[in-house]
Amino acid sequence: MAKQTASEKSYQSLVEAHDRKRPVLINCIKAFLVGGFICIVGQAVTVFFITFFSFTEQTAGNPSVATMIFFAMFLTGFGVYDRLGQFAGAGSAVPVTGFGNAVISAAIEHKTEGFVLGVGGNMFKLAGSVIIFGVFAAFLLATIKTLLIYFGVVN
Amino acid sequence: MWPFFFWAFVVGGSICVIGQLLMDVGKLTPAHTLSALVVSGAVLDAFGLYEPLIDFAGAGATIPITSFGNALMHGAMQEAEKHGIVGVLTGMFQVTSAGISAAIIFGFIGALLFKPKG
Repeated sequence: MAKQTASEKSYQSLVEAHDRKRPVLINCIKAFLVGGFICIVGQAVTVFFITFFSFTEQTAGNPSVATMIFFAMFLTGFGVYDRLGQFAGAGSAVPVTGFGNAVISAAIEHKTEGFVLGVGGNMFKLAGSVIIFGVFAAFLLATIKTLLIYFGVVN
Repeated sequence: MWPFFFWAFVVGGSICVIGQLLMDVGKLTPAHTLSALVVSGAVLDAFGLYEPLIDFAGAGATIPITSFGNALMHGAMQEAEKHGIVGVLTGMFQVTSAGISAAIIFGFIGALLFKPKG
């Protein structure tokens, strides 16, 4: 905010006066409980994969993530996840089920526009930014780290 | 076994609280929040800090979206160690393919099964 005219300032104070006060503490408790619960379910799935398939603690994360997205498909389709999201905020958005929900809800929502242009074109409308920034950040960091290892700066 | 569930709950919940704080106090949109968390996951793995967190908290570290950044970084580094700089490109999605494939496949099946509301 470099320069603000008087009218901009008065508008800003008007916005702040009418801005809904967010109950930060309660929101955080809800996010903690719901997010933690989703991770407990994820842990149960992880234990299942370690016990019944040949996965280790480190590698069981991948099939668990896929299974959680599978659960997210039904929760999204029956409209449960949207209601959960209104209650839990980040608690349902941050776990990978929230990523799944973003992809699946976009796919279902645009079904009426056809499968190629609607479902195919819009599936990653919401979740795309997560993939793009994740990939680009990982690309930069991995390149730098590889070069540093190559030149013997770190090992 | 049981301590694992406890720490999964605490660590997973805490990452969600960080996300909630970014949204409420930092006034970021959910998309900005999730992108920031993914990037932090990649940064944490670059310094070798995410792997110990998974050992400690299990699903508490693998289920939040930060693990996606970690997995991208991890796959890229694994291949880069074998094939040099080209490995960064070829290995990027190696570890995280399960999440992306599942999202695409179940997204499509979801669109086949369910009708849009409203």
